[in-house]
Amino acid sequence: MNELNYIIKRLLQIIPVLFCVTVLIFIMMRLIPGDPALVMLGDKGSPETIAAMRHQMGLDQSYLTQYWIFLNNLLHMNLGKSVYYNQPVSELIQQKILVTITLTIVSTILAILISFPLGYLSGINRGNLKGQIINAGSLVAVSLPSFWIGLLFLILFGLKLGWFPIAGWGQTWPEHIYSMILPGLTQALATCALLIRNIQNSVSDILKKDYVDFAYSKGLPRKIVRSRYIIKNVMVSTVTLFSMRIAYMLGGSVVIETVFALPGIGLLLLQGILGRDYAIVQGTVFIFAVIVLAMNLFTDISYSILDPRVKLQ
Amino acid sequence: MSNTILEVIDLKTYYIEKNRVVKAVDGVSFSINEEETFGLVGESGCGKSATCRSLIGLVHKPGEIVNGCINYKGTDLLKISPKELEKIRGSEMGMIFQEPMTALNPVLKIKEQIMESFKDKALSKQQKYEKAIELLRLVGIPSPEKRMESFPHQFSGGMRQRVMIAIALASKPRLLLADEPTTALDVTIQDQIIKLLNDLKRELKMSMILVTHDLGVAAQMCDRMAVMYAGNIMEITDAVTLFGSPRHPYTIGLLNSLAVNKEKGGKLQPINGAPPDLSNMPEGCPFAPRCQYCEPLCEKQLPDLQEIEPGHLSRCRCVEKLANIKGIIEPAGKEEPS
Amino acid sequence: MGTENTISLPERTAIAPKIPFWQRSTTFNMGFVFLVIVLVFTLFPGLFTSYSPSAQDPNVILSAPTAAHVFGTDNFGRDMFSRVLWGTRIDLEIGVLAVIIPLVIGSLIGLIAGYYGKWIDVLFMRLLDIVMAFPFTILVIAIVAIIGPGIRNLYIAIWLVGWKEYARLVRSEVIVLKESEYVQAAKTLGYSDTRILFKHVLPNVMNSAIVYSISDVMMCMLVGASMSFLGLGVQPPTPEWGALISDGRSLISSAWWICAFPGLALAITGIGISLLGDGLSDLLRTKEH
Repeated sequence: MNELNYIIKRLLQIIPVLFCVTVLIFIMMRLIPGDPALVMLGDKGSPETIAAMRHQMGLDQSYLTQYWIFLNNLLHMNLGKSVYYNQPVSELIQQKILVTITLTIVSTILAILISFPLGYLSGINRGNLKGQIINAGSLVAVSLPSFWIGLLFLILFGLKLGWFPIAGWGQTWPEHIYSMILPGLTQALATCALLIRNIQNSVSDILKKDYVDFAYSKGLPRKIVRSRYIIKNVMVSTVTLFSMRIAYMLGGSVVIETVFALPGIGLLLLQGILGRDYAIVQGTVFIFAVIVLAMNLFTDISYSILDPRVKLQ
Repeated sequence: MSNTILEVIDLKTYYIEKNRVVKAVDGVSFSINEEETFGLVGESGCGKSATCRSLIGLVHKPGEIVNGCINYKGTDLLKISPKELEKIRGSEMGMIFQEPMTALNPVLKIKEQIMESFKDKALSKQQKYEKAIELLRLVGIPSPEKRMESFPHQFSGGMRQRVMIAIALASKPRLLLADEPTTALDVTIQDQIIKLLNDLKRELKMSMILVTHDLGVAAQMCDRMAVMYAGNIMEITDAVTLFGSPRHPYTIGLLNSLAVNKEKGGKLQPINGAPPDLSNMPEGCPFAPRCQYCEPLCEKQLPDLQEIEPGHLSRCRCVEKLANIKGIIEPAGKEEPS
Repeated sequence: MGTENTISLPERTAIAPKIPFWQRSTTFNMGFVFLVIVLVFTLFPGLFTSYSPSAQDPNVILSAPTAAHVFGTDNFGRDMFSRVLWGTRIDLEIGVLAVIIPLVIGSLIGLIAGYYGKWIDVLFMRLLDIVMAFPFTILVIAIVAIIGPGIRNLYIAIWLVGWKEYARLVRSEVIVLKESEYVQAAKTLGYSDTRILFKHVLPNVMNSAIVYSISDVMMCMLVGASMSFLGLGVQPPTPEWGALISDGRSLISSAWWICAFPGLALAITGIGISLLGDGLSDLLRTKEH
């Protein structure tokens, strides 16, 4: 019951933020130089279609009414029509969002698989050679440009070795997942580096805590102390950075999808900008914000489950 | 009269750092009988906690036990494998810590932290649950059924300490190591916990090692005591003798600095000077620079811990000079000071 | 007998040996040396190459690295070494300029929001929530989409988004410091808010913001390069590293050097800055203890 209350409370807190996000996008779209109707039509269109668009957007009415029309459309997922694709933006997003979400999930899983063991290892080996090697590795990893690493991976593992496809994401789910390994790894690299740092610090802090000693003094086996005492508390201290990094990686999908030619909404956004197809820009930016807000909600809930101290505050 | 449960011989625990060695425990020997409470007292940094942690194998890096023998019921704990040590911890030897807030896992329910501590594999989950409630009742937690679902942060300081004691006692250890168990608590709560520990010790017929810097607490709990200074034991004897007729200048100094001494008409005298740097110890007796009885030889050679009467050992050359010094209680009465 | 008979004993403080500044952090020294070298390249690129970064030589189109052209040439016959060298100036400038403004503005916002609290705090924190609702790169890209590509607009976009981290860092420290005894004492003495804020609060809350700003220089440099790579930042033929990589991308299977060397330059500069940032945080940490 307590948990349900918390979730409802957090959901209600999101509504004003989401509202402000729509206001921001509305203002941004109106800031684009030129007639807003023409902007949405990509500078093309007969005088009739322009007039129809002007009327549809309510440009002859007050800004408040215009915003109301805009908001109404957003809530009904009526995101306008792409000039280039000649297709509703919501349809385009529906087709492509799965690619971006899969990419983000694969990156996240890879980041966890790499950073937790390495972070733990460097945490218990802090100061010695093993720890220093991991530290140096993560310092390098965080400083590398992802688009360049992506290209190097493509040349090496795609072109030269032929282990992975060099473009697209295939037809079936196994192909989808397989083709996400290189992009996911590229995306995960910097995040891994930051997570390793964070986990390392928190492991070496937690190892000094009395509760770990107390657990050993009770005669608990090493394995149980590790899972229930060390890892569980490390997770609590990592969750915030982790969610921030997932949001960051979501943004990175524009670059990664461009490098690996993946048909996701990041690439769609870039095409929209370069082709001055603003209906696409507006729709994808909104969807990105919705995903981030949903994910923050998810993180907060998992945080409250992981750390019992949160609920009281 | 009773059997020895633990014998420590020449224990040395050093913290070996890049450019220095901190000798936290430097050749400590003592033994504890069954059903006895043994106190390790001294100032902070004298090595009493390090001694305690060494006994149960919880010395953190860069600390290391470099020498000695910890003989528990005939097995040397320093020679057995980690797996065997795991078996001894909990069921033979348990430990409670100074700060119950940091000694309990903040993300696990009390229920889970108690139930995982039962080492008897034959117990079913239901049995463990019932035994856990029984334990909470034993340590005086009101409505234990409800508190089982709570997390550590939902308890008050004193209650948390009780929970920690309950957890440490889950597998009925024969020897309980208590590292400053009352230091973090309010004075009124302190007295409750002291009473609880004394009662539990009697009821469960266990032995206890009490580490404390508070001579008042030690007086209320200990049968025998060892006074530590700079990694060495200076004096060992029963509590009554220690308070009644101390035979080491450091012990005398400690007693003189107690407030109770002043109440009895004595003077409140602090010990002049500061303890030595443990990484750069003087050659002779570590207390020599602060000792008013210091002889030239003291600065060159550490005296042995010698038996001056049965069961009373002192590491001082000048015990004769100290023979007539009285402590803060009359040595005649062999009852517990109250 | 009571428990008040406590022997409370003084904590011994170890006297830390004096270590000269240059011996305190190897990481910092490594980063420093790295960056001095990069800085020499930035200030005097002409010293190291006789080629102009824009001079086209039709005789040596797509030449692999040779003694004459150590990094090879591109499809217009331009010397890649010279282009990468001149690019140092642009990329480092992006990193530094993109960070300075957010560092100042964000810290000020954090200072004011944290110190005054109430509605000012609520206002800025809601603004922060909105900015945080977008992934960093997406918001930068969206702003560039509106005001148009180009280096100046790239700066504006990063400035508009980049302040959030500084505001958060500084605000959280100000809130703690506000309750400290010496700030309370300064208030009791009747010092003006401005004096308290800038003389007593600010110097004590800037450490984490400054440490973060160094790694932020690296991140902004990478973001700038990524944006140019996507065609939204620095426009060709300016020799910016991301743009150079973008140029070489279509030729990657036949002329690897066009992509490889600008990326390597970006990576090495990035590592240098990261070393400096890590070293600085080491130095500040040892100073605190």
